Amino acid sequence: MAVPKRKMSRSNTRARRSQWKTTAANLTTCPQCKGQKLSHTACPTCGTYKGRQYAAALRTEHA
Amino acid sequence: MPTPTKGPRLGGGPAHERLILANLATSLFEHGRITTTETKAKRLRPLAERLITFAKRGDLAARRRVLTVVRDKSVVHTLFTEIAPTMAERQGGYTRITKVGNRKGDNAPMAVIELVLEPVSPKQAVVKEAEKATTKAAKKPAAKKTAKAADEKPAAEETPAAESAEETPAVEAEAPVAEAAAEEKSEA
Repeated sequence: MAVPKRKMSRSNTRARRSQWKTTAANLTTCPQCKGQKLSHTACPTCGTYKGRQYAAALRTEHA
Repeated sequence: MPTPTKGPRLGGGPAHERLILANLATSLFEHGRITTTETKAKRLRPLAERLITFAKRGDLAARRRVLTVVRDKSVVHTLFTEIAPTMAERQGGYTRITKVGNRKGDNAPMAVIELVLEPVSPKQAVVKEAEKATTKAAKKPAAKKTAKAADEKPAAEETPAAESAEETPAVEAEAPVAEAAAEEKSEA
């Protein structure tokens, strides 16, 4: 079985990991409360989705 | 080769998976609306809807089939006597899944799955009809032009006959389009 011959340097590891990037979530505005929300999801600020209310969707600032 | 189950597997084994889904179905029929992970909700939906179809049939054999999944007799009783009559008018789509964001502890995407207890609105049929009419109106002039180009000489005589001939295929062609639009709406 092929195995690495040398330990990978910290520099190389970090150079590889520098390409790990995140992308910002694509948000839409809630038609009910004008807050930002993920599309196809109940609004986290007012809890509505297509005119229906979902208490489970509500989020406070740090939850 | 047996067809694999659609969707991701749950639990530690087939028996565990069956138990999870049976318990989810029991609580759904007991409470009418449950909050669970998106994955479990998606796996539960076909099972729950099949059970409701059995409940709508309403005979003893159907009741025994349901009892093999939902072990609680009182829940099965409510399913057959309360839930099934409300679904009488509805042809499938008895449950609704709404995403409600991620869970705090493990960031798992959560969803609410609920029984659709609202009466079937006549609005949907009206909307479908209106869409059909608009597509028909949009297509008709285009179809007329092609017909005219094909037989230009007896154009004056042919147009009424051509119109009646065109109507039937046009309606057939539009039906899948309207259905697809309706499906998209129900999914969203």
